[in-house]
Amino acid sequence: MRFLNYAAACAAVIGMAISPLVSSAYAEESAKIKVGFIYVSPVGDEGWSWTHEQGRQMMEAMPDVETTMMESVPEGPDAERAIKNMCAKGYNVIVATSFGYMDAMVKMAKRNPDITFLHCSGYKHSKNMTCYFGRMYQARYLTGMVAGSMTKKNEIGYVAPFPIPEVVRGINAFTLGVRAVNPEAKVRVVWTRTWYSPDDEKKAAEGLLDVGVDVIAQHQDSASPQTAAEARGAYSVGYNTDMSSAAPKAHLVAAVWDWTKFYKKFIDEYRAGTWKNGNYWYGIGDGIVDISRYGDMVPADVRAKVDAVKADIVSGKYQVFTGPVRDQEGKVRVPEGQVASDDALLSMDWFVEGVIGTTK
Amino acid sequence: MTWDIFVALLAATVLAGTPLLYATMGELITERSGVLNLGVEGMMIMGAFFAFFVQFKTGNPWLATLAAGVGAACLGLLHGVVCLIFQGNQTVSGLALTIFGVGLSDYLGAPFIGEKTVGFQPFDVPLLSDIPVLGPVFFQHDPLVYLSYVLPWAVMWFFRRTSLGLALCASGESPDAVQAAGLDPVRMRWLGIAAGAFFVGVGGAYLSLCATHMWTHNLTAGKGWIAVALVIFAFWRPRRAMLGAYLFGGIMAFQLRLQALGTSIPSSLMMMLPYALTILALLFSSARGKGRNAPAALGENISPGA
Repeated sequence: MRFLNYAAACAAVIGMAISPLVSSAYAEESAKIKVGFIYVSPVGDEGWSWTHEQGRQMMEAMPDVETTMMESVPEGPDAERAIKNMCAKGYNVIVATSFGYMDAMVKMAKRNPDITFLHCSGYKHSKNMTCYFGRMYQARYLTGMVAGSMTKKNEIGYVAPFPIPEVVRGINAFTLGVRAVNPEAKVRVVWTRTWYSPDDEKKAAEGLLDVGVDVIAQHQDSASPQTAAEARGAYSVGYNTDMSSAAPKAHLVAAVWDWTKFYKKFIDEYRAGTWKNGNYWYGIGDGIVDISRYGDMVPADVRAKVDAVKADIVSGKYQVFTGPVRDQEGKVRVPEGQVASDDALLSMDWFVEGVIGTTK
Repeated sequence: MTWDIFVALLAATVLAGTPLLYATMGELITERSGVLNLGVEGMMIMGAFFAFFVQFKTGNPWLATLAAGVGAACLGLLHGVVCLIFQGNQTVSGLALTIFGVGLSDYLGAPFIGEKTVGFQPFDVPLLSDIPVLGPVFFQHDPLVYLSYVLPWAVMWFFRRTSLGLALCASGESPDAVQAAGLDPVRMRWLGIAAGAFFVGVGGAYLSLCATHMWTHNLTAGKGWIAVALVIFAFWRPRRAMLGAYLFGGIMAFQLRLQALGTSIPSSLMMMLPYALTILALLFSSARGKGRNAPAALGENISPGA
């Protein structure tokens, strides 16, 4: 049945997506830098793709840059076709922002050495292909501190998509933040196995609220866990973008992306001919990950405490996952005085102490 | 698991089961008239879209629900055109309808993704909502949930006590007999398709007006297919369909709460629970020989001039 949905979505998407490409093929050749974006979800969802779309619109406003985008491109053969199409249409830069596009990007990068490929959230790179991502766990830690300060029952719920290292790392950083200010608090995890399914994510949040949590955090793109929290008079922590418009009375703070800074840096260096492809993992100091403004209910002393830690993370004085970090069984995973390596963070498949749930 | 969590679980069961109940009841009516319509998923998501769109434009949730039902019925009539007029294959036509509906809803809905609406709001039924346990489980929901309680009994009454209902069911069992009685089985099947699609559409309306109050792609997420399986699980009987919808909804609600309470069972296995249960139930029912209660002429076209 999934297949049928996809088949139908593909048919609709390809039809819509091809028409602008075809017309642009007849446009006059220009000296503009042509950048094409490929998104896995619709832009309108105010989630992940929307954060990248802000970067595209910023580039589009530049007089010497021309852009296009294709949204809701399924991972797999359709993605490769979309990339190939953009290559054939003379695009200089191709940006693809979903993990599952990785192998198609690698393949096309090999065949088109003159085109620059930017792939977000993967790990493969080459002479003309960059992989880039952000240390969202730093912002997660800060939002965890806010949640830990605001919970009254010492029970926090986390609506999580898929048990992969990126998500597990986020839950762990969040929990470390919670327990840095409130060692009694627990974080309960429910997996939905969806990236964007408002109904499922709402139901997962309601399940957590039934069990007794009074703050809901999330990793999916829909804001429905936020509205579920507000409907029950609980607090919520957003993700991707400031989700306070969905739940003004519940929204404490959100861990947010600002990809415009990356795309600005990229296009400036590309234009100047100084851009170097490689593997980039940007942190809070680069401004690519951050926390949103606080909800009015967050008291000044909590804000001050969190802002101080944020300043320490930016300056490098403090690092999340500084030992001792124990796992759920109490075993020390990061020894005292050490910091978890990037490799350890990128392959994280265990929960820290204080998380209730399983990484399977 | 404490008592409060258990009551909350039962309440969540009713909410999760309601869209399945409408869709299952709709498909059940269609199948009882002898037409297999596998387009439930497509009609349901179009129902969800029509409901969202009319709610968005007019702000009237009742009008939106009506639009969902009528819109889905119009889509269902396409199936009728293929199968009742042109004698097309019912399975293929139904699958095509699903692909068409899902694609069309994505296309038409693209500009509205993420748009929020008010839709229906829950209200407590006076007196009944104060009953311990039963109150919170059944009587603190949306109007569409309350309407769904009556539906199985209304459909059963229609099938058994009205001449129209009897003729409709007879068209699914033996169209020749209906013909011999001087009635038109094709007309009954048109009715079965339209009425069934109407309720499938209302099930979709529940998703965009009550469950999420918004529009997004893939809002049904396979619920239409679950409804198709539930009709078999229910042996084509309305009240068993209600049981099946709540059983399925209950398992979905239960696995989320089990995760929240803390369990070492992998989440992938938990997600399988409702589907594994469906397979078990189907196996169990066919082992007892009751699975063969399908309308005798289900899926068979009525040849013209017969």
